[in-house]
Amino acid sequence: MSIEVNGKVFETDEEGYLANLSEWEPEVAEAMAKEDGTDLTDAHWEVINFLREYYDEYQIAPAVRVLTKAIGKKLGKEKGNSKYLYELFPYGPGKQACKYAGLPKPTGCV
Amino acid sequence: MADFETPELTEIPVVPHIKEGVMADSKPYVAKADFQEALGFPGELVDNWEKVAVDKLGELKGKYRSLQVFLDSCVKCGACTDKCHYYLGTSDPKNMPVARQDLLRKVYRRHYTFAGKYFPKLVGAVDMTKEVLDDWYSYYHQCSQCRRCSVYCPYGIDTAEISMAAREIMDEIGVGQKYCNEIIAKVFKIGNNLGLPEPALADTLEGLEEEVEEDTGIPIKFPLDVKGADIMLVTPSADFFAEPHVDGLIGYAKVFHEAGASWTISSYASEAANFGMFIGSYENMRRVSRRIRKAAKDLGVKRIIFGECGHAWRVAYSFLNTLAGPWDFLDPNYPVPQHICEYTHDLIQQGKLKFDKSENDHMTLTFHDSCNVARASRMGDKPGGQFRIPREIIKATCNNFYDMPSDTIGEATFCCGGGGGLLTDDLMEIRVKGAMPRMQAYKTVVEDHGVTNVAAICAICKTQFAKVLPYYGFTMDQIISLHQLVGDALILSDAPSEATATESSEE
Repeated sequence: MSIEVNGKVFETDEEGYLANLSEWEPEVAEAMAKEDGTDLTDAHWEVINFLREYYDEYQIAPAVRVLTKAIGKKLGKEKGNSKYLYELFPYGPGKQACKYAGLPKPTGCV
Repeated sequence: MADFETPELTEIPVVPHIKEGVMADSKPYVAKADFQEALGFPGELVDNWEKVAVDKLGELKGKYRSLQVFLDSCVKCGACTDKCHYYLGTSDPKNMPVARQDLLRKVYRRHYTFAGKYFPKLVGAVDMTKEVLDDWYSYYHQCSQCRRCSVYCPYGIDTAEISMAAREIMDEIGVGQKYCNEIIAKVFKIGNNLGLPEPALADTLEGLEEEVEEDTGIPIKFPLDVKGADIMLVTPSADFFAEPHVDGLIGYAKVFHEAGASWTISSYASEAANFGMFIGSYENMRRVSRRIRKAAKDLGVKRIIFGECGHAWRVAYSFLNTLAGPWDFLDPNYPVPQHICEYTHDLIQQGKLKFDKSENDHMTLTFHDSCNVARASRMGDKPGGQFRIPREIIKATCNNFYDMPSDTIGEATFCCGGGGGLLTDDLMEIRVKGAMPRMQAYKTVVEDHGVTNVAAICAICKTQFAKVLPYYGFTMDQIISLHQLVGDALILSDAPSEATATESSEE
């Protein structure tokens, strides 16, 4: 499978996650979100950028509490919870946000 | 929410009329070559796969006598037909346990019975064909290996074992399931299902320490790789990563803290789950289990305690000694291994844990018996301990508890719908439909007793509930970890007074 963005083709896996993390560019995230009927706002980008930074350091997406804590620190305590994240990413912050960020899908019992 | 219809919850449970083939298109993604090969299986469909499959079946029936007995002894009485949650939720007759078994049985008959060899048509025996393989791939991935049908079968035929054998045969010819095999490959490479490397695990646990200290004012530790600790906790990696699992982990840490225990998590064996069982592969199950042995030896611990994970407890309770024993280097005064519920329950019995039940008064609880704990293991030293102990913990920590109807709990419990390696997005339809009987039972106690939450002791159940509850008109946060109840109600004896607690959280 693949996704086409501005005439450039990006390879993805069966579920639409980017095959090659290093190819990611912001336009890919926007195109993926558009397919889901979402427009990415600054609030989405805060999460996506954090995911990418964390992945860069640890080679895994952050655990939910790591993510909510980081978002809480940046945007205020009332946003540092999974309810806020689910409002942004209704298919689940772990999975949907990872996909937009070009990260592989978290596996396991999650 | 999705391109299928969520089953309706009726007033009373109804056994549906059959609808042939409605789930024939349900198929999980096939594993890629590198995941297959990491597990010792061929990367893609082998050339003479029909023969390889039949030979493998011959090998398995010789190795596992139970398998041959199960394949020989069905008398088609029909007692199992309305017992599978996937049949009840989908109406597809191939999800009746007897029909699921027959998918393999008909090939077994063709090649390994006299009648099937010479008069195949008379006994419904067929050759291994592409059509048969497609059916296997579809319907053996619509079985969560929960073993409810085996409780009602007069011969005790265990469809789970047949389903495991079929999956092993499919792996052997190069047609594995992506979800399970990718995960097992990650355990070998990194140590857990998630692929959570040691630095990320350390960072996550550090974050939890900060969070819990902010909440309680007490420096409760989440130790990692501490050599010489008494207890090694082996827990599903979802406990580090996801909600509501993590609240269970916080609960275990509080219990260890209050008990004054010396304990640690291992980054090498940072996973309780053992998907080797789901794919029926003894060799892979053994490889995963051996990691626990190595970690216990390297850290020099005296005891092993398993966190809340259903099938892990089956592997641990029933097979660990064979797979990775002998455990003669551990302290013989304690069971090997022990379940976190047994540990907490013992402390409650000894009066070492005190609770303020009113902390949980905002909830009215019910308890979901996870299939592998209920029907494939035990807790404590008396029959039925696996049902009694978790409930006694809940009753010690909560004022409001009601059980779901008796034919849906205990030994008769309905699977959450996501067990046995089906907890993947590409199987969402079967997961949602298979959850129907459990949701129906839950709805009963919600309506009759005002139940607001359901507690579970399995990472798969928790994730599955969080996903399917909304399909049935509930909310995802109604599922909680049993040890969240414990953690929230536990009175920590070294807790600072209110004033100091506030000070330390302001630092």
